[in-house]
Amino acid sequence: MTLREIVEIVDGKVLCGENDLDRNVLNGFSSDLMSDVLTLLDEDILLITGLSNNQAIRTAEMSDIKQILFVRNKKPNKTMITMAIEHDITIITTTYSMFKASGLLYGAGLSAIY
Amino acid sequence: MHLNYSVKARDFTSAGSVSSAIKKVLKQLNIPPADIKRIIVALYEAEVNIVAHSYGGTIECELSHDRIELTISDEGPGISDLTMAMTEGYSTATEEVREMGFGAGMGLSNIKKNSDVLAIDTAADSPTIIHMTFNLKQGG
Ligand SMILES: Nc1ncnc2c1ncn2[C@@H]1O[C@H](COP(=O)(O)OP(=O)(O)OP(=O)(O)O)[C@@H](O)[C@H]1O
Ligand SMILES: [Mg+2]
Repeated sequence: MTLREIVEIVDGKVLCGENDLDRNVLNGFSSDLMSDVLTLLDEDILLITGLSNNQAIRTAEMSDIKQILFVRNKKPNKTMITMAIEHDITIITTTYSMFKASGLLYGAGLSAIY
Repeated sequence: MHLNYSVKARDFTSAGSVSSAIKKVLKQLNIPPADIKRIIVALYEAEVNIVAHSYGGTIECELSHDRIELTISDEGPGISDLTMAMTEGYSTATEEVREMGFGAGMGLSNIKKNSDVLAIDTAADSPTIIHMTFNLKQGG
């Protein structure tokens, strides 16, 4: 599934990484626990999270995850967006809950890791 | 090559900046991505532990052609029951730490899984010194 399709499905806004919307993503993983994300071996992942702070971007950077969907209207701040741009991470936000966003994306064919 | 950094306690704004700097160096040295990933995940967990659980500390990185050694030291308060602390799910993280997205009790087991050799020297009311070795498959 492309990032562009993901944005459409969750009625999302793209805050940075607009040029990478044709990138394909295979898996989704929803969590607010960063150590949980750090156990994942796969990298072809959309991280879906309600945790909007620097550590969410850091965790993606360390795990080589290139796209994050922030749910429930969590607004990443300027520092987070600057960090994301530096590491080629695309940030998408949605007003949908983690449950709704995950359900819609799973239903549309984004795979689960476990 | 030898690198040395200090890490401040409770500073969640910059937690991870040392791991980020070391990751950049490893990439420049063309270390295989799979090795970079396990080294950096283990290092980042240890760096966050300094920020979350200690009074502050240092990170040292020693690079040679076939191996990377990391020494993560802090000034205490130490871990009284290391076996318990290594158990997945065990955490004494404060509410503040949990709000930062940490406190799952997965960090130390993540570190163990990702490193080739792990030695932890700690006790109650003492510093914690974590030594990790990563053997590289190809020369870096
Ligand atoms: N450097 C340290 N100094 C003192 N105590 C520590 C240190 N590192 C870990 N601990 C103790 O060990 C426990 C387990 O650590 P671990 O990293 O596995 O989990 P966590 O940090 O609580 O949560 P997570 O890493 O999943 O976000 C911690 O909750 C804390 O009590
Ligand atoms: Mg930890």
